[in-house]
This record gives sequence, structure tokens and C-alpha cells, in this order.
Amino acid sequence: MVSTMFPLTLTGARSARAGKTLVGPVDLTLGGQGVTVVIGPNGAGKTSFLRMLHGAARLSSGRIDWACPTPEAQQKQGFVFQRPVMLRRSVLENIIYPLRIKGVSRTEATRRAHEWAERVGLGDMLGRAAPVLSGGEQQKLALARALISSPELLFLDEPCAALDGRAMIDIEKILTDARAGGTRLIMSTHDMGQARRLADEVIFLVHGQALEHAPAAQFFQSPATAQGRAFLNGDIIA
Amino acid sequence: MNDIWGGLTQAVWLVVTLDAELLEISLRSLQVSVSALIVASLIAMPLAAFLSVKRFRMRRAVIAVLNALMGLPPVVVGLVVYVLLSRSGPLGVLGLLFSPTAMIIAQVIIIVPLIASIAHQSLRDLWQEYHDLLISMNVTQRQKMATLLWDARRALLTAALAGFGRAIGEVGAIMVVGGNIDHATRVLTTAIALETGKGEFALALALGFVLIALAIAINLAIHWLGRTEREGAW
Repeated sequence: MVSTMFPLTLTGARSARAGKTLVGPVDLTLGGQGVTVVIGPNGAGKTSFLRMLHGAARLSSGRIDWACPTPEAQQKQGFVFQRPVMLRRSVLENIIYPLRIKGVSRTEATRRAHEWAERVGLGDMLGRAAPVLSGGEQQKLALARALISSPELLFLDEPCAALDGRAMIDIEKILTDARAGGTRLIMSTHDMGQARRLADEVIFLVHGQALEHAPAAQFFQSPATAQGRAFLNGDIIA
Repeated sequence: MNDIWGGLTQAVWLVVTLDAELLEISLRSLQVSVSALIVASLIAMPLAAFLSVKRFRMRRAVIAVLNALMGLPPVVVGLVVYVLLSRSGPLGVLGLLFSPTAMIIAQVIIIVPLIASIAHQSLRDLWQEYHDLLISMNVTQRQKMATLLWDARRALLTAALAGFGRAIGEVGAIMVVGGNIDHATRVLTTAIALETGKGEFALALALGFVLIALAIAINLAIHWLGRTEREGAW
């Protein structure tokens, strides 16, 4: 899949709420392939950064420029939340929802939903009520629901937070497969092990500022900033 | 005590013998209240969904007014509808006064705010839960409303039942616009008022027991159909 959305350019992009800056101003350019992992201490603005890129949080100043018109770019992206939001429907109805709102026939949507349910390991749960699934199952469902419409870009806000090892392995496998299929991933995580396993490049945020934006190997071997080194050493960053 | 016992036995007798007049009055009560409920739900529920997902300048004021209108005095509603439908009124040409249609109109006006307010509370909570997801999927306003209405359908049954309860038990407005005409606009509540006025307490109680039984039966039927108490059902 060759993305028509990238490069994505942020110029002084800043998001604020009630006069308080949540993230920014940020200046950087993102290319169209691989996995970008956003890391940083608690309160660094990782979620706000993802929401700002996605358009879910209003831009207070600056610009975000996609390679294609913004409405078109927004149609080609998905978002998976830290706490997955389950529609009060069955697993099947949740997975087909994005297709149905785009006008795909129920038959075609159901066929594709069965494929995705099998891929994420929910094949035998299609008739169950989604809100009563376990946390790991809900996150898999959220991923299947986000990926079924073949987004060119998928944002993931700490998709493995509060999940155990088995569920984390399953979800990383889904993400690796999505990446291999050409889906551009931009995700935040607290888990440095996961960041090392998945990242092609890293954005290091502190107090809403992107202190570093570098290839993953470079960042993890020799971070360019003192805060980056301290963060990787496990020191507390004030 | 004798009146209550007499009412009970008379109620049982009327039901067991399928008293023709009781059947006619009961069916008319159901016809008027169910019609009003359907029309009111078609207005109130989309309105509640709209108020949940759409932000506009006077939104809070509209919600406050809607909540206040839950306490609308039925007699006043009846009076207003009477004036509108009376021969010299703006809608007099329709000739609806003292007809079941006029009673339905009055009941719709009374229960729309009630259904809309209760539905809005459920839909607002669901919207808070769904907001980020639906925004992230670029869902249109119409699709958001449809999604909320479908996913909250069991909670909306409660709103509808509250509306039905108010409608079937209402007497003031339908007495004014319906006129309690025998074989035309007489329903259970107006018949009870009439029998009480005549001092026929046993018959009035009998009609009251039938009214309560009818309301409970309809509620149970809707709960059963909606499977609201079934675990894990959405």
C-alpha cells in the first residue's frame, strides 16, 4: 500500500485547552512508512499529541499539513484508544460498524468481519456481547474494527496498557502484520521493551515538546538530549 | 373497605363476562394512549439524540425548558388544544374537537417532554462513552444519532414506558378536548371520573383496577419483548 497522505508536516502545531498548552509547539515531518512510537514520561502529552495529529483535538496554533486534502486524510485513518470503546452490540456488529457507515453491504461487511475476527483470534466470539469481553479481547476487537476498513494510517494510544503478556504478544503480532501490510502506525507506549520491538522511529516528548525525533536504533543507542538519556536510564524527569 | 371489595368483585365480573362497554372503553384507552406514545416517541427520541450530539448556542436553554415542560399541567394543555381546535380556533376547520384524534394530540404534547428528557439522559451518557470513537470514525451527525438510538434502545424503552404511564393515566386534558362522550371519546380515566361523580364508587374502582392491570400488562409485555432483564443482552 502506497500512502498518499504523507509526508505529514507539523509547523508550530500546538493544542491547548482552557488556556493551558497540552502539547506543542511541535515542528517535525513524518514519512509514509513504518512504525513511529511516541514515548515520554507521564503527562508528557503523548495522548494529546496523537489526538492533535488525528484531528480529535483542536489545533490552537500552527499547522498540520497532509500530502492530500485534510478531509481525505481523515477518511483514511483510524484510532485505537487506551481504553477500548465498545459499542453495545455483538462482536460481529462492532467489527462491521465502520464498513456499514461507509455504505458497504451487510453481506460483504460480514464476510470481511469473519476474516478479521479469525485473524485477531475472536472467530468463536462473534455472537457475544462486546462489552462483556476481557480487556485483551476488547483491545483485539478494537484493532479488528480499526483495521477492517484498511486505513492507511492507524493511531494507537497505549494499546497494551494494563494487558498481560499473552494478550500483549497477540496485539503486537496484529500490529506487526498491519505494518507488513503497509499500514502506517503511530503509537504511544509506556513500555520501553515494546517501543524497542516495534519502533522504526521514535518521538520523545517532554512537557508537550518533541525533544527528539530520530530513528529508533539511534535514539535507543545514543539519545541526543540529556532528558532522553535520563528517561532511558529510568531516571525521573521533572 | 366494602367499596374496595365491591370494586374488586365487580372488576373481576366485568372482565370475566367480557363486558362490552368495558371492552370498548379499554380498547379506546389503549388506542389513544398507544397512538400518542408512538407519535410522541417519533418526535421525542430523535430530538433527544439531536440534543445529545449537536452543540449549538441555546442548547442548554432548550434542555432546561424541555425538563421544565415535564411538569406541564394537563388541564392547561387540554385548554390550549381546545382553543386551537375549537370552531373559532385556527385549526377549527379540521373538525377534530371531541374526537380521539384531539385526545391523541393533547397526550402527545404532554408526553413528548417527558420522553425526550428521560431519553436525553440515557443518550447523553452513551454519547460521552462513544464520543471519541465516533468522532475518530468520521461518522456523520445522522449516523451518530442513529447509532445512539439503536444502542440505547433498551434504555429508551424506559422512557417510552414512562410516557405510556403518563398517557394512559391522564384525565385532565382528554376530558377537556374529548368531552367524555359515550361510545365516542370515553376512556377508562374519564369513565372513572364520571362514575365517581355519580357516586358509583364500586364501578369506578372496577374501572380503576382494570386500568392498573392494563398498564402493568403493557409494561410487562414491553419488558419481555425488549428482554431488558436478560443478562449480557444489549
